[in-house]
Amino acid sequence: MGELVLPDVDAWSCPIPSSRYPNVTLAHGDGGRLTHELIAALFQRAFGNAHLYRSHDGAAVDVPGGRAAVTTDSFVVRPLFFPGGDIGSLAVHGTVNDLAMCGARPKYLTAGFLLEEGLPMETLWRVARSMGAAARACGVEIVAGDTKVVDRGKGDGVYINTSGVGVFERDVEIHPGAVCAGDLVILSGDPGRHGLAVLAAREELAFEDEIRSDAASVAAPALALLEAGIEVHCLRDVTRGGLATAVVEIAEAAGLSVTLEQDQIPLSPVVRGGSEILGLDPLYLASEGRFLAIVPEPAADDALGVLRRFEVSQDACAIGQVRVDGRPTVELRTSVGTTRVVERLSGMSLPRIC
Amino acid sequence: MKHRDEYREAPRVRRCADAISAAVTQPWTIMEVCGGQTNAIVRYGLDQLLPAEIDLVHGPGCPVCVTPVEILDKAHTIARRPGVIFCSFGDMLRVPGSRGDLLGARADGADVRVVYSPIDALQIARANPAREVVFFAVGFETTAPANALAAKRAVDDGVENFSLLTSHVLVPPALEAILASAENRVQAFLAAGHVCAVMGFEEYLPLVARHRVPIVVTGFEPVDILHGVLLCVRQLEVGRAELENAYARAVRRGGNPTALSLLREVFEVVPRKWRGLGPLPRSGLGLRGRYRACDAERRFAIRDVDVAESSECRSGLVLQGRIKPDRCPAFGVTCTPETPLGAPMVSAEGACAAYHRHGRGSRRSGTAPEAVPTEGRP
Repeated sequence: MGELVLPDVDAWSCPIPSSRYPNVTLAHGDGGRLTHELIAALFQRAFGNAHLYRSHDGAAVDVPGGRAAVTTDSFVVRPLFFPGGDIGSLAVHGTVNDLAMCGARPKYLTAGFLLEEGLPMETLWRVARSMGAAARACGVEIVAGDTKVVDRGKGDGVYINTSGVGVFERDVEIHPGAVCAGDLVILSGDPGRHGLAVLAAREELAFEDEIRSDAASVAAPALALLEAGIEVHCLRDVTRGGLATAVVEIAEAAGLSVTLEQDQIPLSPVVRGGSEILGLDPLYLASEGRFLAIVPEPAADDALGVLRRFEVSQDACAIGQVRVDGRPTVELRTSVGTTRVVERLSGMSLPRIC
Repeated sequence: MKHRDEYREAPRVRRCADAISAAVTQPWTIMEVCGGQTNAIVRYGLDQLLPAEIDLVHGPGCPVCVTPVEILDKAHTIARRPGVIFCSFGDMLRVPGSRGDLLGARADGADVRVVYSPIDALQIARANPAREVVFFAVGFETTAPANALAAKRAVDDGVENFSLLTSHVLVPPALEAILASAENRVQAFLAAGHVCAVMGFEEYLPLVARHRVPIVVTGFEPVDILHGVLLCVRQLEVGRAELENAYARAVRRGGNPTALSLLREVFEVVPRKWRGLGPLPRSGLGLRGRYRACDAERRFAIRDVDVAESSECRSGLVLQGRIKPDRCPAFGVTCTPETPLGAPMVSAEGACAAYHRHGRGSRRSGTAPEAVPTEGRP
């Protein structure tokens, strides 16, 4: 990590156009394979430093007097308001969660707004109030901001960027590089509800049971693991690209393999049914209030005990185990006893015909 | 929402697999017709449970996969016309035609919208009387009744700005084409349960008789699929060739009479070109009689054009069951879900996409590719 050789990047040609993508496509932003390629081939090479190469949700940086966690995230969602949340609360929870996934206590956020000309002031007020309420509930303050307005038709009403700073209250090393063979993979609750809820709201799909987003802060249960003295090797929130992509990212960054047990992955009936009707794989549906904790096997029971004390992670369970295997792969042991390889999200998820 | 968990239970799945192992004495090649079945087989790894003698090959039953380039180009042309709102199911948007996909047309400014039902498209037409609204009516017998209903309502209610670009196809002629090919190696079929739920299964009797091939109407859950395989194997082992229904909980011999009468009213049987299989007589559905008024090809005076398919893409062979997706030289190399050369790499039902998504073939990247036959029409 520390021996990065960084040649003069100005001498390079753009690494992306040499592939088959002269232009950015929507799939570059879906958190799957192309997003990964964009980060690895373009941003990491242009910005190259040891923090980025850790491939984590945020960076732990040295500051006088200790260490701080820094992260940033941008929020684009249509519709702006959906069952279980809205873009405002999402913008707070997303960045708070990324800080917590570094093992840091979230303290301060900044907020950047890209507003579309014609956005009703009432809508912006609802978004801002939602952000304020979410920030207070998470114990963070939104301490700086910026506003830009773009021409009508050039934005979906409002885009928000939030950056966050958190402090480390204890000396922890939480990132994929700390993951060891034998560790258990714990999931904090049923995955995929955010992705399906937003899709249902956007496309006005009616399911028998209402589907609400899982969007929430997971900082409290994540930090409680550390407070309880549990040896946590990695934390990762499950966002775009879903559970499958999150596990693949950790496995690849750690250089280790993971076996997931399909029967252990808790799927809510509405996500299971809805994804079957639409031909989507629930392992690739986004969450915004779920996270993975990778812990040594002997610590797993204690970790589950801590997580289950919190409403947001009351259904936490162990879903798999890390192992050593030549090339890092993620394998799913299916409910019928066979195995298949799990890849990161590839191509956009599009509902099928029949 | 209720699930038929009993059709996924590991002990039942094992019992079915064991029964197949006990019944088989020699190699057999069985084709599952429907892409939904292919997806379930790959997703659950069902082929891992089968004895080595059984080779499951994947059939043409993926509507997105068999839609020819010409229709995609027509869709492209219509979608780009000023004032048109072009509505489609989601997975048709990324299928490449000779001028790119519909997502590309949308990026260039065409009004292309994803809908979940043709009735939604009709609703859009009612709400936008000044615009021409076109629905991309693609699919097998399963999606045809809903499209027929949309056409009927549009004509009955005088919604004059609504039309359908139809490319409906029928399963039995595709099976006939596969069986009639000199290269055919399929010895039995798992027929698509959903198609038979609409159409019934008597139309498969002539195929069984003419080609002496067992056909078993089969569902989509792991137990359903293995049960279908078991019935095929039992027939093959004793030299029987019969039509059996292994999906009786959903399929009646006479199909769904309401849907069938709607289909007969709105559609007539027409020739269609299939991606991978070429032109097949009496293999599709087209609007008939007064419903031709909402035929988008007529309304927009779109002429027929013949377009060559990508020479690198072997999807024709995949759709005929002649090769498995990971034997195509382009698989995972130049053809990926991000850069599909052919439709089977796009659709959730496509065999190539299923193989790619579930890691088939990716571990064999170090091995030399086997000789692959070049594309040829049956």
